[in-house]
Amino acid sequence: MPFDVYLNVAVGGLLTGLVYGLMALGLSVIFGVVRVVNFAHGEMMTVAMYIAIVLFSALHLDPLIMLVPISVVLFCFGYALQAGVINPFITRPEHSQFLLLVAIAIIIINVLLIIFGPDAQSVQTSYSYDSFQVGKLIVDATKLYAAAAALAVAVALYGFFQFTAIGTAIRACADNYTGALVVGLDVKHLYALTFGLGSACVGAAGVMLVLIVDVTPSLGPAYTLLAFVIVITGGLGSMPGALLGGVLIGLTEAMAGLIFTPSAKSMFAFAILVLVLLFRPQGIMGKKAA
Amino acid sequence: MSALLKVEGISKRFRGLLAVDRLSFDVPEGGIFAVIGPNGAGKTTLFNMIAGVYLPDNGTISFAGERIDGLSSDRICQRGIGRTFQIVRPFPALSVEDNVIVGALMRRHDVLEARAHAHEVLRRLDLYDKRAQRASSLTLPDRKRLEVARSLATDPKLLLLDEVMAGLRPTETDRIVSILKELNRDGLTILLIEHVMRAVMALAGRTLVLHHGASIAEGAPADVVRDPAVIDSYLGAEDI
Amino acid sequence: MFSRLFENVSRRALVLLGALLIGLFGAPLVASDYLLTVLILILYFAYIGQAWNIMMGFAGQLSLGHALYVGLGAYTAAALYVHFGIGPWIGLLVAVPVAGLAGAFIGYLAFRFKVGGVYFAILTIAVAEFARVGFDHLTWTKGSSGLFLPVAQYTRNDLWLLRGQPVMFYYILLVAAALAFVFCRALLQSRIGYFWLAIREDEEAARSAGIDTFRYKMIAVVISSAMTSFAGVIYAFYYNNLFPEQVFHISRSIEIILGPIVGGVGTLFGPIIGAFLLTGMSETLIAALHALGIDIPGAKQVFYGFCLLLVIAALPDGIWPWLSRRIGLSEREK
Repeated sequence: MPFDVYLNVAVGGLLTGLVYGLMALGLSVIFGVVRVVNFAHGEMMTVAMYIAIVLFSALHLDPLIMLVPISVVLFCFGYALQAGVINPFITRPEHSQFLLLVAIAIIIINVLLIIFGPDAQSVQTSYSYDSFQVGKLIVDATKLYAAAAALAVAVALYGFFQFTAIGTAIRACADNYTGALVVGLDVKHLYALTFGLGSACVGAAGVMLVLIVDVTPSLGPAYTLLAFVIVITGGLGSMPGALLGGVLIGLTEAMAGLIFTPSAKSMFAFAILVLVLLFRPQGIMGKKAA
Repeated sequence: MSALLKVEGISKRFRGLLAVDRLSFDVPEGGIFAVIGPNGAGKTTLFNMIAGVYLPDNGTISFAGERIDGLSSDRICQRGIGRTFQIVRPFPALSVEDNVIVGALMRRHDVLEARAHAHEVLRRLDLYDKRAQRASSLTLPDRKRLEVARSLATDPKLLLLDEVMAGLRPTETDRIVSILKELNRDGLTILLIEHVMRAVMALAGRTLVLHHGASIAEGAPADVVRDPAVIDSYLGAEDI
Repeated sequence: MFSRLFENVSRRALVLLGALLIGLFGAPLVASDYLLTVLILILYFAYIGQAWNIMMGFAGQLSLGHALYVGLGAYTAAALYVHFGIGPWIGLLVAVPVAGLAGAFIGYLAFRFKVGGVYFAILTIAVAEFARVGFDHLTWTKGSSGLFLPVAQYTRNDLWLLRGQPVMFYYILLVAAALAFVFCRALLQSRIGYFWLAIREDEEAARSAGIDTFRYKMIAVVISSAMTSFAGVIYAFYYNNLFPEQVFHISRSIEIILGPIVGGVGTLFGPIIGAFLLTGMSETLIAALHALGIDIPGAKQVFYGFCLLLVIAALPDGIWPWLSRRIGLSEREK
């Protein structure tokens, strides 16, 4: 195969990887603060994807325009979920939390199945088949837009955590739960806020992925797993790590799909995960636990 | 009396901080040895190095004539060193009896035999009547004694006690002191790390004062508390 | 070790256990074909739940990838049968070590490199998913197009080759589930059982009580994975077809662990009660929706999800700890 094929696939994988990274960022933020592993992460993303599809097919609203409104919807969903259902579980053992989120995932998948049926759906925008050409490099317009939007959302989130009072309060909660209680922070509210933000991230990622992949209700678990792989690879709790992990996994999957066979590509992602767990368990960008 | 535990020139550094600085001392067989010092003096770091949680950066630790530094904490327990935790860590969901049976099973393969031994230990520590309770339901003084019991059940030659009196009322302290004295009379060597001077004065045959990771005084407790360097290091930090 | 099996067991518990066993033993005499298949599923999940519980409920190591061991057991025995005509019981002698080795591999990597908690759980998922995709591309086992065992209409039951009617599988699984129960009780009462509980409760404190935690965690993983592979062998010969997409899928792993969690993690009755309740609930929902004329794919699972939510919210420790208090069996269960 000529070199430019590799280059094109690599760039495509890198751009998709940024969107993966944003999805994983949501998981990382939730775990980093609330200490709950969101086993319904991919399922929440499919919710956002279907909202985008409905808005597009019924009202012809472009997903990229609907990015912010759909993220807001997902934020509310996440906030309500944490405040109403998950908060009582934060002191329970891991397997108990796991069961709770699995139950939520089962409900989401099957409600989507009832409403939309099992067939794959997709969004065909006016720019779906556009591409940009730079020399021999050909880049899909959808992937480029999606990746740019993912970066923008990630930067906004980073700014929120670093420079706003609420963001600082949330980071305080993550560092020291008891301390946060002592100084009078409303931890439950902050947790719900965090879960909402994580959901908004995965919602935004979902809206952009709609441009790239076909959607079925059963898509969730695979993306939940993908998010785990990325977050652990990049370093749980590290925001740049999640993006870097996303790019790394996106690139690996794309190259493995090209060199071997597309159906085996996730094997390579899991192999990377295992290697990272063994040799750098804190992840590429993670801080070493004392 | 020969030295049961011999600590020679050990140091431990955490990032920039020198927690323990070239410390040496001997714990004689059959004695009660106390290490005291203000908060942050490196007492718990020292303790964790002996118990196998941390590896010393330099120096050696020998027990009954053999090097033990670098061994894992389970091996060190198997050699005959029992320990308690500063913040008590009994197995919360298990009964008091089962907590002690776990310790007793280290040197016993038969559960019935271990249970008999556990009962014996529980009686010594006044916990026999509470043996069916869940460990998590015990009061703090009871939990502290349960830690001692679990560790004693492993038949140690040396018992490491990490602030086992902290947070106890004077009457409870006296109770533990008398139990420890009795255990010592039966041949158990004890290394105490302690804040509560009342207990140290009552128990220890020899005391070492740690300050900024180094020894500033060593001797009989009554002499040590009159040492000007000791008074200086404690001044303002806490009352003796 | 077995002489103390009945120690501390109340009369009431023995009577209940006896009644359950007799009831299950006689069930095929009265049960319809449909009910029998449901009971087979229940026993299957009760058995695997018991095996999973050794790792999580006793030793405190959360595995979310037990489908790996089911799949390895199933594929090993089925492939040996299809390719070489080797019967399932001989195949079991290969399947058990294969699954045990896989468990030892995961355990060794995780425990040596100190991968714990959530990370350990995700490692188990990752290895199972790796196997799923790997088997999809393994031509020796026919990849994603599926491995099929030859099937015929059986008039008699061949216990040696496991070719026969569902009732045969029912009794095999009943014996397996009963043996697993007894085995787990014996384990809990033994030295190793005490060490496992200590590790589950507080690993560092366990180590300082002289327990070689690495060794005992390894033993738990190997026993659990080896036991689980037996269920895989039965699965292969009962269903007669294997698809990587089905046997290794994460949803299989989740199914396996729902029962013991709902029933009560770490209890001996938990996996059994959980299997009865969840499989029963699922089948009842199908029947109820059918009776109501609701035929929407997904409707059953939505109800199922809500029932799970309710159970976990109402009974955090699972059903058995609550139930045993209600029926006056305050056994010294852990």
